[in-house]
Amino acid sequence: MSGSRISADLTILVIDENAIRASIIEEGLAEAGHRKVTVIHEVQGVARLIETLQPDVIIIDIESPNRDMMEHMFQLTRSVSRPIAMFVDSSDTASIEAAVDAGVSAYIVDGLKKERVKPILDMAVSRFNAFSRLQRELAEARNALEERKVIERAKGILMKMRGLSEEEAFALLRQSAMNEKKKIADIAQSVVTAAGLLL
Amino acid sequence: MSEMFSMSALGSAAPPRVTREQKTLRAGFIPLMDASILIVAAELGFAEKEGLKLDLVRDVSWANVRDRLAFRQFDIAHMLSPMPVASMLGLGSNPSPTITPFSLGRGGNAITLSARIFERMQILTGLPDDASALANAQALAAVLLDMRARGEAAPTLGMTYPFSSHNYEFRYWLAAGGIDPDRDVKLVVVPPPLTSDALAAGAIDGFCVGAPWNMVASERGTGRIVAAKQDIWPLAPEKVLGLRPEWAEANADTVSRLIVALDRAARWCDEPGNHDHLAEILSSAPYIQAPRDIIRRVLNGEFHLDARGNKRIIPDYFLFHRGAANYPRPHQALWIYSQMMRWGQAEFSGDNRAKAESAYRPDLYRNALGAEASTPDATEEAEMLSAFMDGKPFDTADMAAYVARFPVRTDAAPPLAAHDA
Repeated sequence: MSGSRISADLTILVIDENAIRASIIEEGLAEAGHRKVTVIHEVQGVARLIETLQPDVIIIDIESPNRDMMEHMFQLTRSVSRPIAMFVDSSDTASIEAAVDAGVSAYIVDGLKKERVKPILDMAVSRFNAFSRLQRELAEARNALEERKVIERAKGILMKMRGLSEEEAFALLRQSAMNEKKKIADIAQSVVTAAGLLL
Repeated sequence: MSEMFSMSALGSAAPPRVTREQKTLRAGFIPLMDASILIVAAELGFAEKEGLKLDLVRDVSWANVRDRLAFRQFDIAHMLSPMPVASMLGLGSNPSPTITPFSLGRGGNAITLSARIFERMQILTGLPDDASALANAQALAAVLLDMRARGEAAPTLGMTYPFSSHNYEFRYWLAAGGIDPDRDVKLVVVPPPLTSDALAAGAIDGFCVGAPWNMVASERGTGRIVAAKQDIWPLAPEKVLGLRPEWAEANADTVSRLIVALDRAARWCDEPGNHDHLAEILSSAPYIQAPRDIIRRVLNGEFHLDARGNKRIIPDYFLFHRGAANYPRPHQALWIYSQMMRWGQAEFSGDNRAKAESAYRPDLYRNALGAEASTPDATEEAEMLSAFMDGKPFDTADMAAYVARFPVRTDAAPPLAAHDA
């Protein structure tokens, strides 16, 4: 991912509805020595932007429903001087598969050497993957926090209603979970729900 | 957690059948009513009965569906009928060989114009409420000339994808009215679920998309339906099942089972008695976010043309199975190719003709269904090849001459420009 000087003069357009991810990509491109980078978060007016910007490379997240609009635009411009096509190198399907897996796609100006684009795509793929990993971890952490809160509430309910100590309440939850082959958080949730109905 | 308890169940389960073919299929689809057959095959057990599991994956763009099929994230896909043809001809951003052994039905498209433009058409030409699709197109041509005389900008019209039935049908309708779709209007791509809002906001002045989005706009009072797919060409193919040819070869038995499952699902979808149930499935969360009663009426072909109560019933607006709707006709692929030539997307050559034809694979359909295959009736089919809104019969024998007979086409003299002051 070290900045190769020869590709640093490329004009790059990044289209990503997720502003945080877009800035992560932008940072990666800056680290690799790219200075002519434009980032947009919505595709409104992108046709005009592409006309004026004349990008060599377009990086787009594949969750954008506006990809079809870009396909149409590339069809219209295929006969003009700068036809743009999706980054596909038949000798390197593994890297394009990795890109689609990661949720990113790239279009390049026809005739641009593949080796100038590959580091850009590889960087985008690794950053897209890192971003999804972060998001997944965040979701897991949130989930764990939620579960802990529910268990605390269930313990409180059991302690109050059955006069148990905190340790006894937790042991009861754990024992029920084992007996019913469920997660403690699920048992705790039923306790909380049941208490809401009974009280 | 749950893994350790499922072990007990393993002991009693039958050993898995040894087979090299894939039995769990990832199927990409776009949330539209013409994905019904795939959805029903997965939801109502038709796939399961054939020993297959369909994992439906909802996607947001046709470009994604194409790429995810090409790069093996999908095994099969809900596709626009021109997509396999474009792939075989090497057109578009990522052309990767794609075939179709099964057509996912006919019908479902319509053309909607903004209520504002339609009102101008009526005032200017005295167009009646029940005018034909051709009369509507001609009235639009008159309004375009009027707009040009007044120095107004040409209208912007939406469709779905450069290689879509919508693109070719919209162009066919406009051109039949004497309008050049590349010079007299501006065609843009708008994702189908956004069309009604885009029309309401004035971002576009009309669109051609699949169901239920035309009805959604007309019931809101923002749009007026001016033509249905049936008016343009009743045999026009709509969505198809797309496969990679090398995958289909390696999984020949699975492909046959899949075609049987889809055939059963298609017969189920065609049955009017099942339409309440179908509407309920389609309007549920993972599928189409549109009101269930609108979906139910669209299945009936019951059209509210506008919000003033003008109605039209289109029999067989959706054909899921009858009329050999699932049979992938090579001449449908050729007609698509003719329109690609007409609008400058493809060149004419014998080689291209063969490539276009190879995208549609009735042999796979026949093999899978044997005696149960619904094949086209020869007499009916011959009639269908003449049933175009402009009365021009489709001649498969001489494709170049067929294309040359259209007065409006790319590189032809622009018809409306002749009226320029």
